[in-house]
Amino acid sequence: MSKRSAPRWPVWLVFIAAVALVSLPLPTIMTPVRPPWAAIAVIYWIMMWPRVFGIGSAWIIGLLLDILQGELLGQNAFALSVIGYLTLRFHLQIRIFPLWQLTTTVFALLAVNAFILFWIDGVAGNPAAGFARWTQVLVGGILWPPIMAIMDRLRERIENRDPTFFVSR
Amino acid sequence: MALTTPDSDRRAFRNEGFGLRLVVLCILSVSIMVLDHNDEHLKTIRSILSAVVHPIRLVIDAPFSLGHWIGDSTATRSELSAENRRLKEQNLIQSARLQRQVALEAENTRLRALLDSTAKVSGRVLIGEIMSIDMNPFRHRITINKGSNDGLYVGQALIDADGIIGQVIRDQFFSAEALLITDIDHALPVEIVRSRLRTIAVGTGDLERLSLPFLPRNADVVDGDILVTSGLGGTFPPGYPVGIIDTIAGDSGKPFLTVGARPAAALNRIREVLLIWPEPAAAQRAAADGNDRPVSPPEAAEAIVPATIDPVGDAPALDAP
Repeated sequence: MSKRSAPRWPVWLVFIAAVALVSLPLPTIMTPVRPPWAAIAVIYWIMMWPRVFGIGSAWIIGLLLDILQGELLGQNAFALSVIGYLTLRFHLQIRIFPLWQLTTTVFALLAVNAFILFWIDGVAGNPAAGFARWTQVLVGGILWPPIMAIMDRLRERIENRDPTFFVSR
Repeated sequence: MALTTPDSDRRAFRNEGFGLRLVVLCILSVSIMVLDHNDEHLKTIRSILSAVVHPIRLVIDAPFSLGHWIGDSTATRSELSAENRRLKEQNLIQSARLQRQVALEAENTRLRALLDSTAKVSGRVLIGEIMSIDMNPFRHRITINKGSNDGLYVGQALIDADGIIGQVIRDQFFSAEALLITDIDHALPVEIVRSRLRTIAVGTGDLERLSLPFLPRNADVVDGDILVTSGLGGTFPPGYPVGIIDTIAGDSGKPFLTVGARPAAALNRIREVLLIWPEPAAAQRAAADGNDRPVSPPEAAEAIVPATIDPVGDAPALDAP
């Protein structure tokens, strides 16, 4: 039987949904509790499918985010490729962590992401974002276990689905 | 039956090549950031990428548009007739005012002709809709659904029924980004209607506050004074309402008053905006000089910087957006 690989387009849909969620209009009061969806999705999928998604994918997602948010072009691309690299480099260790340890690691990665964005804002002379950026990191860390549970189910479905269901490559 | 998953190969994935890839991508990111920050070198690339992500924008906006549409189509008959009645009344009042304005405008043109100055002619307008896209929440920027396809250009003024909203900072093919007057990077030349005193209104980062930091202690300004655009700088056409002064505080130790104003337009509740093209006086003058070149977008784009840094001269260098 010919070798088929699981389809990738559902995951790209997840990435696009994550980027869209970042730009979804919410009341201003909700800003501090909006998780960094794109960074979370990048960490999860690079950790789980390191052969498929890597630094390049993270960079492209970051660029999409920059365009959609009207940020300095390359700002999110830079931050996401750095955390993409860290995830890729340590994915074998991270993946076997117990959940609390994994959550702490994700929290640290999100903090690195936020710090890079904060730093670039400072260098470029853009107004600093204030404390909301850091509470977003906190919320992202807290939401990691449920998000991971949902993504795990999605991943299992993609990996185990009937091959005739998808167009093979 | 299980597929071979992208990670089903049991050999550990240890590709040492990705350190290099990271370095390359980081250098690439930094160079585009520098190019993007310094100038509009990447304008075309940004436009193309923006057209690529436009479907995402439409998808994000769709539920909100749908909500509005459902709200409109499920409105009851009594609500609609009430709204209709209200609009008719409003229309009647405004038509009555307009009648007077026709006479006033004619008189104004006559007087201006006497004074030998150029006539004010109202420019072209286009209605744009604000797309429900949250940009960086720490800046006051909006995305509108009209772009360079519709003839928009950088530096173009945005107004609504109540007053000035902001100006276009990036024109893309199908959409444009605009900076609101309350953004911390925005400054616009204004005039106090009562005393004709010219100054600058600077954004504060609060959607309901403007600040006028360059009024000396002896300036003729009272609570409730109305601010309109002065037209200096060339980005904003003169005479459009900007805000109403509501706080004046003078500290005897400081050379300047602390004056605050409330924007005339309800910046957090707008959905539709009017895009205005400048009054064609400049184009007419150019044509009269035998130079039939109209005011082209690149020129207008250059005008954006002197507009945010006021020509009155008492402003310290403000960062252009």
